[in-house]
Amino acid sequence: MSGAVAELSFKDRVLEILSHVCDPEIPCVSVVDLGIVREVRGRTLVITPTYSGCPATIAIEQDIRTALDRAGLPDVKIEIGLSPPWTTDWISEEGRAKLHAYGIAPPSRSAVQCPRCGSEHTEEISRFGSTPCKALHRCLDCAEPFDRFKCH
Amino acid sequence: MTEEDVVAENPILHHALRLGDDALILGQRLSEWCGHAPMLELDLALANIGLDLIGQATHFLNLASEIEGKGRDADALAFHRDVLDFRNCLLVEQPNGDFAQTIARQFLFSNWQELLMREIAAAPEPRLSAIGAKAVKEIAYHARFASEWVVRLGDGTDESRARLIAGLDWMWRFVDELFDPKDGAPSLRADWDARIARTLAEASLELPKPRRGIVGGRSGHHSEHLGHLLSEMQFLQRAYPGATW
Ligand SMILES: [Zn+2]
Repeated sequence: MSGAVAELSFKDRVLEILSHVCDPEIPCVSVVDLGIVREVRGRTLVITPTYSGCPATIAIEQDIRTALDRAGLPDVKIEIGLSPPWTTDWISEEGRAKLHAYGIAPPSRSAVQCPRCGSEHTEEISRFGSTPCKALHRCLDCAEPFDRFKCH
Repeated sequence: MTEEDVVAENPILHHALRLGDDALILGQRLSEWCGHAPMLELDLALANIGLDLIGQATHFLNLASEIEGKGRDADALAFHRDVLDFRNCLLVEQPNGDFAQTIARQFLFSNWQELLMREIAAAPEPRLSAIGAKAVKEIAYHARFASEWVVRLGDGTDESRARLIAGLDWMWRFVDELFDPKDGAPSLRADWDARIARTLAEASLELPKPRRGIVGGRSGHHSEHLGHLLSEMQFLQRAYPGATW
């Protein structure tokens, strides 16, 4: 087996394992969906925080470590990379769909859509919500209050 | 070699300490609002801004620790330095006062910090610019939040207006330090003045009366307020060094 193929399968294996590691604050999405997992370089895994002060960063690193240990990959090095900075564009399509199904409006540059009834007739209640990455909105048609993942 | 020599020898360390201390001290100040803000939404907002700042402080102080190479990590720099070794500007250590005074401080600081961080994000030093690029997006939110509240309070009731004017008047004397030719960012002054004037006009407020600027934070000459803040922030690590949970 060639080195390149071995490298690819190792990376795929790590990503497969991490696709089951949930974000501790938004457990409907994995760290891969959110774009927190940036790259697998050799035996090193690079992850990036969403916000500088995201209190979940340490918990995420520990959860990833535990998952890798359990999968028999205790020698993978975990590095924190800041550059280029994380943006909501790193959230995958699958991640967006999962957020919507969970009742959180995914980040979008256009109108904010109510995750319950789909109406775009919504307003912001508070720019700062339950976690640093979310704002609080309200649907003006069905009256549902909901979290919106901030565009960042 | 004295502290000053070390700093003069390494401008990146100097920058990282100043930026880290500004963010740390203001983050700690804002955390004092937790559970006390006028509304739940404001409690969340002030706590979240504080959290962003403490996150930025962690990155800057980790970098300072790496450059310094004395084996003091970001926590050691935050919890085991004495007041004279802090390099934050005087503005961030000012007490919260009432909500209007807190907003006045945030308005003046975040608008400055956003301009500064934009410059740092574009600077050639890769470790500083990586932190700056990440922070600038967060700070843009802080500046917008504070500016909106300046307009709401200034253009609100007689009471809210009077309190905001008093808050701005108190904080204004600490502005010159941000643009000090020696330790500040004088090139940002014109842009900052324009931003501040625009928002104050929208709030139908006048610029505060000029005051003689008070400086000294960058060289460790702090107001008495910082000592009180540190005694609370550092208490646990001083009493139980190395405690973890
Ligand atoms: Zn709805």
